[in-house]
Amino acid sequence: MAIWLDENSKIIVQGMTGSEGTKHTRRMVASGANVVGGVTPGKAGQEVDGIPVFNNVQDAMAATGANVTVVFVPPKFAKAAVIEAVDAQIPLAVVITEGIPVHDTAEFFQYAQNSGKTRIIGPNCPGIISPGVSNAGIIPSDITKSGRIGLVSKSGTLTYQMMYELRDFGFSTCVGIGGDPIIGTTHIDALQAFQDDPNTDAIVMIGEIGGDAEERAAAYIGKHITKPVVGYVAGFTAPEGKTMGHAGAIVSGSAGTAAAKQEALEAVGVKVGKTPSATAQLMREIMTKA
Amino acid sequence: MDLYEYQAKELFLKHDVPTTPGEVCTTPEAAEAIATRIGKPVVVKAQVKVGGRGKAGGVKLAEDPTEAKARATDILGLDIKGHTVHRVLVAQASDIAEEYYVSFMLDRANRCFLAMASVEGGVEIEEVAANNPDALAMIRVDALEGCTEAKAREIVAAAKFDAKIADQVVNVLMKLWTVLVKEDATLVEVNPLVLTPEGQILALDGKVTIDDNAAYRLESYEGMVDREGTDPIELRAKEFDLNYVKLTGDVGIIGNGAGLVMSTLDVVAYAGEEFGGMKPANFLDIGGGASATVMANGLDIVLNDPEVQAVFVNVFGGITSCDAVANGVIQALELLEKQGTPATKPIVCRIDGNNAIEGRRILTDANHPLIEIVDTMDDAARRVAELAAARKAGK
Repeated sequence: MAIWLDENSKIIVQGMTGSEGTKHTRRMVASGANVVGGVTPGKAGQEVDGIPVFNNVQDAMAATGANVTVVFVPPKFAKAAVIEAVDAQIPLAVVITEGIPVHDTAEFFQYAQNSGKTRIIGPNCPGIISPGVSNAGIIPSDITKSGRIGLVSKSGTLTYQMMYELRDFGFSTCVGIGGDPIIGTTHIDALQAFQDDPNTDAIVMIGEIGGDAEERAAAYIGKHITKPVVGYVAGFTAPEGKTMGHAGAIVSGSAGTAAAKQEALEAVGVKVGKTPSATAQLMREIMTKA
Repeated sequence: MDLYEYQAKELFLKHDVPTTPGEVCTTPEAAEAIATRIGKPVVVKAQVKVGGRGKAGGVKLAEDPTEAKARATDILGLDIKGHTVHRVLVAQASDIAEEYYVSFMLDRANRCFLAMASVEGGVEIEEVAANNPDALAMIRVDALEGCTEAKAREIVAAAKFDAKIADQVVNVLMKLWTVLVKEDATLVEVNPLVLTPEGQILALDGKVTIDDNAAYRLESYEGMVDREGTDPIELRAKEFDLNYVKLTGDVGIIGNGAGLVMSTLDVVAYAGEEFGGMKPANFLDIGGGASATVMANGLDIVLNDPEVQAVFVNVFGGITSCDAVANGVIQALELLEKQGTPATKPIVCRIDGNNAIEGRRILTDANHPLIEIVDTMDDAARRVAELAAARKAGK
């Protein structure tokens, strides 16, 4: 068991015939994910390694029973691709694409909200993996195995780093929610799902500067999460007013600082590690005691 | 990208927001010439991307061109909260009956947009929000519906604008929304929006932030990039398409993935406390799937920063292959050698993940005197801080 992605997940890849799409389709398949189709407008009938390509999401879903789409299309076309997926009522859309204008994301997020049928993860994220079960996105599958820790993170490489640090324990599901200012799935959504997942015992939450998602997650943890949570926040040394790689990672005035996020998390009893290793150590202690 | 006031007002003009555009210049003589052309009293305004310039003496009235020249002389070169004034905007002075506040911005928490409006403008809006929150109307705007006339009327009513000017403010709000959408802005703020004694509504100031991800579809974007206000190393990094931010410190940082690089800065700063306060000199994310060339360009940029004493290459290969990272490090060193400017700064590498064993082998086999491989991120941070401190002390 896991959250959002399990043995019943049938995955299609929007943009499968592009270079990134093909490369990562192969990696997903190699990691055991059930990739049943791809979507590229005008390329229906083609195949990538024997996986059929369709013109649109609706056709792909009708032919394959797909319930997850992974979006690799370039920023310019990402909004149309996600709206198409929402129109087809696919339950989960994982948007890997980096560099989508935030107005486009705001629009397709609202569109998905209005439809009420599609959960969006991302954009600008590494995707979601339930190790040993399924893999939708670009998270390497060979870092760790299936286990009982849940991980939610704004950052891709910190996700990998944390999976690596705790590789002997393994994870139920790792979700990279992305570093853009507007994202479809938040820390809170993942915390709630991990709380409800009988196969997750404890949760690692990784945040970074910008916005107040971590503060809101802290408030949520205080009220609703009974499983142990450890946290890590990146960007204590980030200067004010500079975007640090992720479009959403910016301290504006006194808002969005790492210190404020750490304080909010600690106020509700979440132990926050000073470094990724120290954070992993905190989780190690929890898992060893349990 | 934050815009200067004069750039914001150019966008206002383009989308028919009533404003006092004026002209921007860099010398007192030019300010005098602009004031002569305007032929009326003017206001000379420092162009800096920071608030509070009025209090800092960056905004002055001038009755005539001679006075405009004198005021421009006062303001040009002024330091306002660490920002040097290189340009002034000279605009016709307006008589003001009342001052208001209006803005649209991205609402990250609610994942939509937010309109804010107040009839108590002209002061810092944070003060209004803190001292008199009832005077600040905050209304959510749906990204798909936008600021329709009905929505604009809702904002105007919530902020309790006088009925006599309601239509004009509605019009301004709808046009500012057009600026937000057409220019891919994440913030459009007017403070103050003024009512003149003649009953006209004007945007007297403007603050706009543009979404850099939308640069590809904005014709005016390139022209608004502020080259002289940008660090020269940042400009060079941009030419290589590298995600680089200059900081103040002694340890050059290169990593992959924004989160890991931010984390690396923090870990180095903590470790640096043990060694006389060594700090990270930059943020540099070579991104996912980086090639050897990208790594080599990155290392070249960081090694050429005169403040850097030692470099930390911290990579966790997800998509990025560690052998490419290692080859990039070697290539960069070879290239510098060939150019007759061999590297002299120690480079501490921590590489894990995809193909890490091969990556470490490449670095070990190269047997380069400047390269050290350290197993963990925390230990590597301590080592690079130690090396940076030693090199700095030896100078």
